[in-house]
Amino acid sequence: MTFVQFLFYFFAAIQVLAALRVVTVKNPVHAALFLVLTFVSAACMWILLEAEFLGLLLVLVYVGAVMVLFLFVVMMLDVNIAEMREGFASYMPVALVVAIIMVVEMGMVLTQRIFNVRPPVEKVADVSNTEAIGAVMYTDYVYPFEIAAVILLVAIIAAISLTLRRRPATKYQTPIEQIKVRRNDRVRLVSMKAEKKENGS
Amino acid sequence: MIPLTHFLVLGAILFSISIAGIFLNRKNVIVLLMCIELMLLAVNTNFIAFSHYLGDISGQVFVFFILTVAAAEAAIGLAILVVVFRNRRTINVQDLDEMKG
Repeated sequence: MTFVQFLFYFFAAIQVLAALRVVTVKNPVHAALFLVLTFVSAACMWILLEAEFLGLLLVLVYVGAVMVLFLFVVMMLDVNIAEMREGFASYMPVALVVAIIMVVEMGMVLTQRIFNVRPPVEKVADVSNTEAIGAVMYTDYVYPFEIAAVILLVAIIAAISLTLRRRPATKYQTPIEQIKVRRNDRVRLVSMKAEKKENGS
Repeated sequence: MIPLTHFLVLGAILFSISIAGIFLNRKNVIVLLMCIELMLLAVNTNFIAFSHYLGDISGQVFVFFILTVAAAEAAIGLAILVVVFRNRRTINVQDLDEMKG
């Protein structure tokens, strides 16, 4: 067994075990943390497959942003865990049957000879993985790339507008009123006689 | 050298685990969203394995787009979840039965 093979089976084992824990663990916070472990070992496996850019992207975007968002939401919501768990055991048989059938079916298909592809011959890398992806993405896939940017913009606006709320009890500044104000609105000149000094002071 | 089949079977196992997770945690929307992320990860692993073994960089570009859409989906899903919890004080799927279909 070469070192690369050892790494593959090591990361694969971690991935499968962590994924199993994600779906069976009681506390959603622990589930999110096990999902982080799954993502990190998947990123290692992608780097093993010479997709360094996407491996790093998975760690940065997924572990760094999306999973932190998950953890925020999980910790913010006061969820009754015991209530969520009822019926867990009764769904177990059907879940196991479906999962095992799916693995066996896919395994039968995927072990066919057609998938026994030889990897391309070891070529000397003249460009880095990031550069190769960029060369394709900004030429052949530039249109999908812009659509992806629009999707992200829509997601930002949708998420903000969904969760934004105005509480009537909270005091807000209204900048437009502050800018529009003139001297006459605030300052009032009063003409009056000079007051006399009070006795004893 | 690791055969391509091993990567594909690993993806199949991960996908099936997340299917089982959707069956098991059908009351908890947060874990359901996590299972969807796990499925997308399995699919992405397949894409990258094919991209490596067939020597075609396009598979990695598709993984990039899938990551983009998955991040957008997670953000909107969690926003909806927060709004639901704010209005109903629960995220149990069984209690969300206002709309009788």
